[in-house]
This record gives sequence, structure tokens and C-alpha cells, in this order.
Amino acid sequence: MLTQMMLQRLMDHDRGGWVFLAVLLAIGILVPVANLLVPADSFFHIPTYTVTLLGKYLCFALLALSLDLVWGYCGILSLGHGAFFALGGYAMGMYLMRQIGTRGVYGDPELPDFMVFLNWDSLPWYWYGFDQFWFAALMVMIVPGALAFVFGWLAFRSRVSGVYLSIMTQALTYALMLAFFRNELGFGGNNGLTDFKDILGASLQSDVTRVVLFVCSVVALALGYLVCRFIVTSKLGRVVTAVRDAEARTRFIGYRVEHYQVCIFTVSAVIAGIAGALYVPQVGIINPSEFQPLNSIELVVWVALGGRATLYGAALGAGLVNYIKTVLTGALPEVWLFVLGALFVIVTVALPRGVIGIWRQLRLRENHG
Amino acid sequence: MADDPRINRPTQVDPDRVFNFLVEPPTREELINTARGVILYLEDISVSFDGFRALNELTLYIGTGELRCIIGPNGAGKTTLMDVITGKTRPDWGTAYFGQRVNLLRRSEPEIASMGIGRKFQKPTVFEQHTVHENLELAMESDKRVWNTLFCSLTGEEKDRIGEVLELISLSELVGKQAGVLSHGQKQWLEIGMLLMQNPLLLLVDEPVAGMTQQETEATAALLTRLAGDHSVVVVEHDMEFVRSIARQVTVLHEGSVLAEGPFDAIQEDSKVREVYLGS
Repeated sequence: MLTQMMLQRLMDHDRGGWVFLAVLLAIGILVPVANLLVPADSFFHIPTYTVTLLGKYLCFALLALSLDLVWGYCGILSLGHGAFFALGGYAMGMYLMRQIGTRGVYGDPELPDFMVFLNWDSLPWYWYGFDQFWFAALMVMIVPGALAFVFGWLAFRSRVSGVYLSIMTQALTYALMLAFFRNELGFGGNNGLTDFKDILGASLQSDVTRVVLFVCSVVALALGYLVCRFIVTSKLGRVVTAVRDAEARTRFIGYRVEHYQVCIFTVSAVIAGIAGALYVPQVGIINPSEFQPLNSIELVVWVALGGRATLYGAALGAGLVNYIKTVLTGALPEVWLFVLGALFVIVTVALPRGVIGIWRQLRLRENHG
Repeated sequence: MADDPRINRPTQVDPDRVFNFLVEPPTREELINTARGVILYLEDISVSFDGFRALNELTLYIGTGELRCIIGPNGAGKTTLMDVITGKTRPDWGTAYFGQRVNLLRRSEPEIASMGIGRKFQKPTVFEQHTVHENLELAMESDKRVWNTLFCSLTGEEKDRIGEVLELISLSELVGKQAGVLSHGQKQWLEIGMLLMQNPLLLLVDEPVAGMTQQETEATAALLTRLAGDHSVVVVEHDMEFVRSIARQVTVLHEGSVLAEGPFDAIQEDSKVREVYLGS
């Protein structure tokens, strides 16, 4: 009864959301079937490579969703959201490193290869606990969440906003990138963490594990959507959009604006962290280049192209842009960055509401015409 | 009779009271305490911006239930005065008390707002992307902490309250419309409605009839006069006709301090005021 009421609140007046969830359900069932059950020589067979590629897109879609929550609804343009994604990825990477055990090049049961190579004789304290999956899973959320909370608390309490905040978030991810490049930090320097063997005892190379990871990504994206939708349809969501549209007014009717901003920023960072954690086992590597400011800017383009403040638009944008990227970097690698730049310009000038905006306008015209 | 329950001693701790946190926090009225009939005390307030004295040792008292109009030429410090009261601007010196107990200079804007000072801006500021109903819901007096807003839903009582205010500001038919599509006058009214939803003790209303038609102006005057009594109302306005129609007490500001104070007719006759306004 209660869940029914909840679902109704979540999905009322949200046809796009229904379509989005239906599509997720469909690919969540069809892709595994087409990979595992359809024989390899059939036309309908989907190779494991494609499954993993789609899984990667889904992680990006979840990341885009998290940015849409802060940017689309709260008006905070974060240009450093890739940092939270990467931190979640590193937490998962640390677990996967510890799973390698004696199968590494140096065969050390405790230390990852790069530490043996650096002549370290014991595990740094912050690597403790990462041999347990539950601990790593917790850290995937806590580390990005805590960073976002502290950063957000300091920034929003001082009423830093707009372009200044964007620059600070950009600096944050850049600083983290430089820090993670250093070998002394103990995260593998510029090589990052890689050469993973298995997750929860299942080989990462096997088709079944890949499919399970893919399904996990589908589920995470669907749940992420529902959580975000729950937030934006609650009164909290209305307060947050009020902050976006008229911050001073919101303050003068008695809301502590900075609490709301910190809350949304932190939730968003946690979601980004989860996306990163699902991404790493599928691509098999995490290194400091994930902290690159360019990644975070690309992410903004995904959300803008899809359509802000719609949630599913952000996910759609992530899928679209990454598909174009996959095709182009394969066929004409030097063209990709120009296309990215062009997309950014086109969206800003011609499509302020993104792809979803075009679709809505067409529907509106139909209804009036 | 030490144990006489009729003697109200809020400061004395009950010996049987073991857990202080179990005791209900003081209500808003207890906290603010307007026993002396004055709701707002401003004394010797001075504010400078880059050497310019926006307020200059301003002293002003607003009585409980009073309807006060503040007039003055441009740059007299009317908006700065509002900013000081609502916590947006901190004065260089001076004191500002809300009731006898609450020092406004130590409180943040949201705290001041939830204690019962509501403000309408000069330029109507409503949440344009939200519907009229949502605007009122957001402004409603309630627990405005993050966690509560995530799970709360409107109670029947709250819905009635919104309905009442909608009726009062004549926007019942536009309840589902986005506030952005309202006319200028309707936005002004919606903002006044949002003020009412906060159920404030003191309303600060900055130029409520700017851009309103004659009819709307009259309706606004009637509304503000009706509100006075239950609430204390401070109106800043340029429109002298409007001020004449509502004011009992008028305060004239000039160059950051009070030039004259009194009933409208006396103010109109005041030679100093005439000089400031008419330059004669």
C-alpha cells in the first residue's frame, strides 16, 4: 500500500520516466539473454565486448544523473564531479587490488605489485579493510560523500556560488589528479590500479561476471533514478529548485539555504561514487586521468545535451555523447575533440533545454496545432 | 505561597525536572516577549557603504499591531533599514531587538524569518518555476529543516490554510499556474500571500503597490489595514495617496535618520518634511 503510494508520487506526470525505466528493464533482460543464451554465430548474439561497453555507458548515465541533481535542480554547476566518480572508482579498485593476492607479478600475498616495486614493506593504514567487500562498498559511498560534505559545507556557508564555485570544483579535481599522480600517495601513481583478477571470487574475465556487472549497472541506474526522483518530487526538491531560482527569497522565508545545498551536493557525490565503483571492474583500470578536468567538462556536456532538470535527459545525453565518442574515436580519432566542442556550442546557443527540450516542444506544438 | 501554580516563574528551575530537554521549547510568543507593547526596537543604527552613510544613528520603535508607513526620498535608507532588520546587512553599530529578548544582530536571515519577520521585496520575488500553490506551500510556517522536508506531506489543516490565503489574495483560480506567468500585480499579491503563509508577527512590505492598477491598490490597502492588529506591519511606499489611505503613523526618513514621525496630516504640515520633499 505504502510502496504503491510512493510509486504513484514518483511516477505521476512522469511519462518520460516511465519510458526510461521501461527501456532499462528491456535492456536489462534482453542484453544478458542475447549474450549468454543466444549462440555466438546468431545474428542476435551480443558479444561480451558490447555488453561491457553498454555497462560503461550506464555508469556514465548514472554519473550524469548525479550531476543533473545538483546542476539541473539546485543550480550548482559542478565542474569537478568526475572527482567523486574517480574516488568511488579508486575505493573499488583498492578492493580489487587486494583480491589479486599472490597472483601478482611479485606474488606478495599482502602488498599490491606497485608497493613491492617501490620497496614498501607494509601496507599503508588507509589500505586496511579493503580486502573486505562490504568495507570497500561502504567506502565507495563514504569517501566521495565526506569530501563533498566538507567541501560543500565550507563553500556554501561562505555563500560561494555561481562561476566561483564552478572554478573551485574544477580546482578540486585538478588538485586530486596531481596528488594521485604521486607515487608516494600509495595509489599506484600514474599507472593507477589495474590487472584485476576477480570480484567476490568470480573471475572478471568471464562472460557471466561481465553480464552480472552489467545488470548491476542497470539496477543502480534505475534505483538512482528513483532516489533522485523521490528527492525532486518531495518538498525538499521544491525548496532546492526555489534556491536555484531565487536564493535570497528562500532565505527570507526561513530556509537555511546552505544546508539544502550541502545535502544535495553530498547525495549527488555519493551517487557519482557508486557510478565510479561500477565502472572500474568493467573497464579493468582506474588511474589519475579519471580526475582530469576535461572529464568533468565532458560530463557537463552530456547533461546539457540531454536536457537539464529532467534526470532521464541527463542519462540519455550520457548515452548519446558516449556513443558518438566511441564511433568517432574509432573512425576519426582527431575529430572527436572538435565535435565535443561543437556539441557544447550548439547546445548552449540553440538547445538550452537539450534533446528532451526539442521533444517536449514538438509535443506542445502538436497539442496546440 | 512558594508552590502556588498561578505564579509564573519561567527562570526558576523545577526541582522535579530531571531532563531539561524533555521540556517543550519556548513558543515563539514567549521567546519574543512583547509585554511592553513594542515589537521592534532599533536604536542608534548606523550603516556605511564605502564611506557613504546609508543609515545614520537611526532610532525607531514599532508597536505591536501597529501599521506604520515609512516614507522618504530616494537614498533615504529605507531598503537598508529593511536589510538590517532581516539580517541581510549588519550595521556598524547600534542595537536591534525583536521584542525584548531577541537580538536581531546575532541572527541569520533564516532564523529571523522563522522567528516571525516576513519581508516582501521591492521587486516582486516569487518562485517563477513553481505553481502558485507551491509558492504558498514553500512559504508556509513549518519545520524547515532538510530532513523534514524530504518526507513531509501537507496535512488537511495546512491545505485549508493555503486555501484561505488563496482566497484572501484572490488567486484561487490560478492555483495551478506557474508563478512566472502571473501579471505584475498578481505577483505582488502572491508575495503578500507568501508573507501571510509564514504567519509572521511583523511584516515588512517594500513598495507593495508599485505597478498596480487603481483597483488593485485599493484592495491592497484594505488587506494591509485588515492585517494590522493581528500583525505589526511596516510599509515602505512612495505613493502618497496610498500612504494617506492606510497610515495612522508615518515616519519620514531623510539621509539615513528619522526626520519626523507622527500622524499623516501633521507630517504633511511639517515644514522640515516639506523642505525635503519639495525643496521649498
